Formats: sequence, C-alpha cells, structure tokens
Amino acid sequence: MDGAAYVTPDGRSIGDVVMEMRNITLRFGGVTAIRDISFDIREGEIRAIIGPNGAGKSSMLNVINGFYHPQEGEVWFRGAKRGPMKPHAIARQGIARTFQNIALFSGMSTLDNIMTGRFTKMKSGLLAQAIWKGRAEREEVENREIVEKVIDFLEIQAIRKTPVGRLPYGLQKRVELGRALAAEPKLLLLDEPMAGMNVEEKEDMSRFILDVNDEFGTTIALIEHDMGVVMDISDRVVVMDYGAKIGDGTPDEVRNSQAVIDAYLGVAHD
Amino acid sequence: MGPQFFYTIEVILNGLMAGVMYALVALGFVLIFKSSGIFNYAQGVMALFAAQTLVGIQTGLVPFSHLINAVFGTDLHHFGWEIPSVLAILATTLVMIGFAWLVVRLVLKPLAGQEPIILFMATIGLAYFMEGFGDLMWGSDIKKLDVGLPQGGNIGIEESTSFLGGEEFYGFYIDNLDIWAAVIATLLVVALVVFSQYTKVGRALRAVADDHQAALSVGINLETIWVIIWSVAGFVALVAGIMWGAKLGVQFSLSLIALKALPVLMLGGFTSIPGAIVGGLIIGVGEKLFEFSIGPLIGGATENWFAYVLALVFLVFRPQGLFGEKIIERV
Repeated sequence: MDGAAYVTPDGRSIGDVVMEMRNITLRFGGVTAIRDISFDIREGEIRAIIGPNGAGKSSMLNVINGFYHPQEGEVWFRGAKRGPMKPHAIARQGIARTFQNIALFSGMSTLDNIMTGRFTKMKSGLLAQAIWKGRAEREEVENREIVEKVIDFLEIQAIRKTPVGRLPYGLQKRVELGRALAAEPKLLLLDEPMAGMNVEEKEDMSRFILDVNDEFGTTIALIEHDMGVVMDISDRVVVMDYGAKIGDGTPDEVRNSQAVIDAYLGVAHD
Repeated sequence: MGPQFFYTIEVILNGLMAGVMYALVALGFVLIFKSSGIFNYAQGVMALFAAQTLVGIQTGLVPFSHLINAVFGTDLHHFGWEIPSVLAILATTLVMIGFAWLVVRLVLKPLAGQEPIILFMATIGLAYFMEGFGDLMWGSDIKKLDVGLPQGGNIGIEESTSFLGGEEFYGFYIDNLDIWAAVIATLLVVALVVFSQYTKVGRALRAVADDHQAALSVGINLETIWVIIWSVAGFVALVAGIMWGAKLGVQFSLSLIALKALPVLMLGGFTSIPGAIVGGLIIGVGEKLFEFSIGPLIGGATENWFAYVLALVFLVFRPQGLFGEKIIERV
C-alpha cells in the first residue's frame, strides 16, 4: 500500500501515506471515546473525518496533535512510529491545527497572532532577542514577510493591527487558519472550520481550504458536521459513530454506504 | 502661594516615589498571575531571599554555616572576601533563575492542570519553605544592604527649589534612594514591555497568558515559558529586595511588603502591568496625602490601613480593578 500513488475516482493523484493511525483506542476512565480505529492520511489530500455528535472526531484530532495519548494503538508519522510526545514537540514536527471553539490569543493583534505561528521556525536565543541584534532581527524580518504573505492570501490586510478579540466570528476563524498556515505545516488539522458560520462565510472558508491544498500542496485533515461541504471539498472521508469507524472511502462511496446512512438518519428497529 | 501649597506638592512627590516601590513588588505578582493564573504568595519572600542572597554573596558569607558548624564542629563564618556589587547582583540573578527552574520542575509541573486554589496553596508552602531555607542558608540576623546606591535627601533638588515658598520653605526633600528606585523601575518596565512586544519569546509569553492550549498547538513549550516568567519575577523580586533592603535593612519584615502589594493589585487589576504601576502610584500618593491632610485630625498612623480601605472600596465598585479584564460569566 505504501509507495504507490493513490488515484482518486476523479483522477487526482495523491501521494504517499503521511500519517497512519493503527488500531487506536482511547478511554477516559470507563468511557471509550475511540474504539480500535485505523486509517491513513496521504500526502496532498484533503481527508475528512465526519460523524454525528459525540462520535469521537475531536478526540481523534486531539490524539493526532498530542493533546490525548491513546491507551492502545500506534501513530505513524512520515514513516516513523511516534512515541508519547508533548503537543509542542508534535507542533515542531510540522503538525498545525485550529480549534472548534476558536483558540486565539485574544489580547494580541491579528499580525502578532499569526506571528506566533512562526514560533517553531525561529531559532535565535533568548539573549540575542533581549538585545534584538543581528540574527534575531534578521529572523524577525524574514518571518514577518512570510506572515504578510499569509495575510494577503487570506485577504485580511484590513485587520492586521486589530486585536482579534474584537473581530467578528468568521474573521476570527480565518485568523486562526492563518496562524496554522504560518507554520507551513506538513499536516494541517482543522476542527470544524465552518462551525457556526453563515452560508457566505462557509463558502469563503471552503475556498480558502481548497486554495491552501491546491497552491501549497498542504495535506489537510478536517472534521466537519456539514455533510454537504465535506462531500464537496474532501478527497477521502472517514466516518465515525460512537467511537468506532463505520465507513472509509471517497465521498461517493461513503454517501452510498448503508452503515453511514443508518448512523445519520437512524435505523428502524423492528 | 504659601508654603502649605509646596508642602502638599512635596507630599505628592514623595507619595509617587513610595508608589514606585509598591509597584515594583506588585509587578512580580502580575507577571506570574498573567501567564499562569497563579497568585504567587511567595513573591514577598522571593524578594527577601534575593536580598539575603545578594548580601551573602557580596560580603562573602559561608552558606549554611550554622548547619555546617553544628554538624562538624567547625567555626566557619566568612570566606574573607568582598565581591563588587555588580558581580554579586549578577550571581544573585543566576541563583534566582536556578530557583525558578526548580520551582517549575518540582512544584508547577507535578501540579499542572490542578485548580488555581491548589497552586495558590502550593505557593504558600513555597513561601514558608523559602523563608526557612533563606534563614538556614544565610542566618536570620538583620543585614545591611549596600550596593552603592546613594541615600539621604537630594541636596541639589532641595537647594534649587528652596526659593519657591518664601522664608519658611526649605525646598523639596526627596530621598536619593527613591529617585534611583523610580529610575530603575521605569527602565525595568520599559525593558519588559519592549521585550514582550517585539520578540519571539515576548510574543510567546503573551500567547501563554491568553490561551495555554493554543500556545501548545503552535509549538510553545509551557515549561520553558514558566521558567522564563519565574526568572523574570525573581529578577523583579531582586530589584525590589535591593530597594527595600537598602531602605529597611534585610530582615524578615521585608517579606511582608508583599501585603502592601495586595491593595495595589486590587486597584490596578491582577493582569495588567500598567495597572500595577498606576495602582502603586495611586496608593503611594493617596496614603501620603491622606496622612498629611486628614491624619493629624484622627491621630495619625493612617498609612497602616489607608491602602486596604481604598482597596475595599474598589472591590465594591470595580472588582476587576482599573485595568483588569472584566470577567463575564454566561449563565
């Protein structure tokens, strides 16, 4: 399975496996949030994880980015098995994310928020920064340029200096995406990027997600509630229900799967 | 204008100077509270410990000499050298950084994610531990702290302003040490603000203050940031310890200046650096003016309680302080 390029039914070719979850089980005390789930994410694809409320989607994202550590199973990232790592170390490996309930630094400006996304790319020492000379200064300028590109890309030039706490919801979501993008991630995790948005904002966000994938070739794993949007933008979909995987495949395959239909619409018990 | 007017101005000036000293202590509290939500009860004791260590290093005291002498029957007291103030301050700074690292490793890390009240209690424990540890290390006698800061009234200011109020006015009396404290505190605050606004680590500090999870997700190591914050708070404690120690001598009561920082924080807000400064100045000026104008009518010594009463009034009308974030809880 590894190595061979995978071709989607619509003819797009996607690359090698970047991340592989093998038999992941996650428990909180007596509650099993994720039960023996395996799936992979391939280079350059948009991979969606969908499922009804409480299916364990966010928990899965938290396992990928290291907020949770599964009791069983293995996580493989770029061909190597990952031991129990701290979230900040995982971010350093190139996994960036956004949050369902926007986790921005609300006291800071849009620019500063997105600059924090460059944290792992900046290497100068504490002392050099304290006097802000030489390398630290050069680094600050270089990274600032990349951040400005992200700002242009997301069309948020007008709010560069605004404290993000004052921005409307849709824009906050966009700034959060910008912070994750600024890290130039190898894998971008989006936790319900369109939750709570109106139709217009959803269309904007879908466009940005597709553009990110298209222009930078960024691999994206996203969780979404809105079935319509997911089916439109993703290459492959994992479906979860009550912590278990009940479907995995292209949007069309998933849409026609009886198990998925039952989970979403309910089953008649006779 | 009569001399009474100029006396009032003198009182205000001295109040501002005293306010700076309060603000210095409050600043240490704000730094730690903002970044980790911990009310660090040990901040005052940190100032005492820093001052003790500074004097100890400067005058070449043998650490733990009482303990060593008791166990081995030796008679050690001094190494017999004196170290220049600047070097001693540098060495003490290093000690405070080491202390910050130990606190994060041994106290904060094991307690990460616990309720704020638990962390608060941990800092109470820390305060008592440090108090005893400092005494054990350097002895509990009152020490004189002299890092070469000038003390006593500033003659220049006094002479150049003596013409203002006629015969009975001799010019403004302002203590040199207070002037130095004001200058150093200003430099310290400006440096802190510039550092936190324009550097990577500064941004990380602000990020951690806003949202721990988001900070982790962009690759910020919370432990490193905590060590930096506690080191900076330790350095601020050292500066406060030097100023207060030079004024009052290095002794146990130094740790109680932390209590004076409480009303400052209630006024300025627990999460605001400008708040700590403005709060300190208001309390400093307020208590001096009150003592000067109302004090004689009610028997004086109002400085002991004025700050707390002012803070109480503030708690009733503006519980988040002047600059603090308003806490709105949804029902």
